[in-house]
Amino acid sequence: MPSLKDLKNRIGSVKNTRKITKAMQMVAAAKLRRAQEAAEAARPYADRMAAVMAGLTANAAGQSGAPRLLAGTGEDKRHLLVVMTAERGLAGGFNSSIVRLARVHAERLRAEGKQVAILTVGKKGREQLKRDYGSLFVHHVDLSEVKRMGYDTARAITDEVLARFDGGDFDVATIFYNRFESVISQIPTARQIIPAEVPEGATANALYDYEPGEDALLAELLPRSVATQIFAALLENAASEQGARMSAMDNATRNAGDMIDRLTTQYNRSRQAAITTELIEIIAGAEAL
Amino acid sequence: MADTMQFDLVSPERRLASVPVREVRLPGSDGDLTAMPGHAPTIVTLRPGMVILVGADGATSEFAVTGGFAEINQDSVSLLAERGHPREELTQEVYNDMLRDAHRVHRNATDRREQVGEEIVTAAVKLLGDMQALGTHIGLDPNQSTVPD
Repeated sequence: MPSLKDLKNRIGSVKNTRKITKAMQMVAAAKLRRAQEAAEAARPYADRMAAVMAGLTANAAGQSGAPRLLAGTGEDKRHLLVVMTAERGLAGGFNSSIVRLARVHAERLRAEGKQVAILTVGKKGREQLKRDYGSLFVHHVDLSEVKRMGYDTARAITDEVLARFDGGDFDVATIFYNRFESVISQIPTARQIIPAEVPEGATANALYDYEPGEDALLAELLPRSVATQIFAALLENAASEQGARMSAMDNATRNAGDMIDRLTTQYNRSRQAAITTELIEIIAGAEAL
Repeated sequence: MADTMQFDLVSPERRLASVPVREVRLPGSDGDLTAMPGHAPTIVTLRPGMVILVGADGATSEFAVTGGFAEINQDSVSLLAERGHPREELTQEVYNDMLRDAHRVHRNATDRREQVGEEIVTAAVKLLGDMQALGTHIGLDPNQSTVPD
């Protein structure tokens, strides 16, 4: 049975914890709004890019001599997994859900006898994957210095990935991130970025004149399209992280509240018990006289 | 035929402009071109340079872009630029930053000349040249930017 003093200390410390989780929740809510605005603002560019790419890729996909970013290397042996996570934890299942998906993916590829290399973005994913897949790491992108997710970050990651592709390090690249559904739901997603996938139902767009030629245009746009997809994934991830943190901290705050209620009840009971015991002792003492 | 068309300038991070215009002058990679309402549908890549809009009231406004591409339709022009700045916002500092990017691309290309092929190097040299020309054109000094090491 904890003493009254102990209980009082417990209650105090849980109250402090609740203050912290409450503050984190509010910070996450504010950041989430900004992240969502950023994702919203990036949409017109991504949509336009996707529309133009759909027309171009549908034209070029079947033809020989299509750029390697679209047609692939002709093999499907070496895979690069780009695992994008956050720099910080305390965000519910945000980081581990991405890592879990990447793990499943990696295991499946290895079972098929394929080579797997991993490029990590964000510290948390690297930490979680290190033990089992440390030997497969090829590169790490640190986001701790990134205050606001900008296109520059996406460009840097893209340059890294494309340099490796041009160097013949892998055949297929897949990115892993959390797609933002809502504050309570983020969906871990795997998306193949190299070779580019031709969207279903895309039809060749014969309407446009292309200047310079279609092939030159496609060659110029493919790397940009990769960057755009990575940027979109980073933004989704940023919003998801804040959303996940917000709901995790909301739960934590509520748990702390429940715990405080329970502890307070226990504290009051013990206090009353102590008083009753004291009274009994006094009365018993008086009767004995 | 309508005498204005819708012009959108979007960068990956935000929409920079969305206005009705009478004509748009674009720095195409194969040469400058002007798009007016009723233009044949065209997709054209851009080199770094100034985009000049002539608004419905005849007033012009300018944007500096670092390449990208434009989708021209009968009644609209959408310009997708990796980076774009209105002329008023383009200070020496911003320009230095843009130029530094070009320098970096150029250096990366020349360092790995064997790997990437001569074509990429030529493209990088051209990019750098265009960036410098852009600065001179609007009265900014292209020599102030520090070349990264």
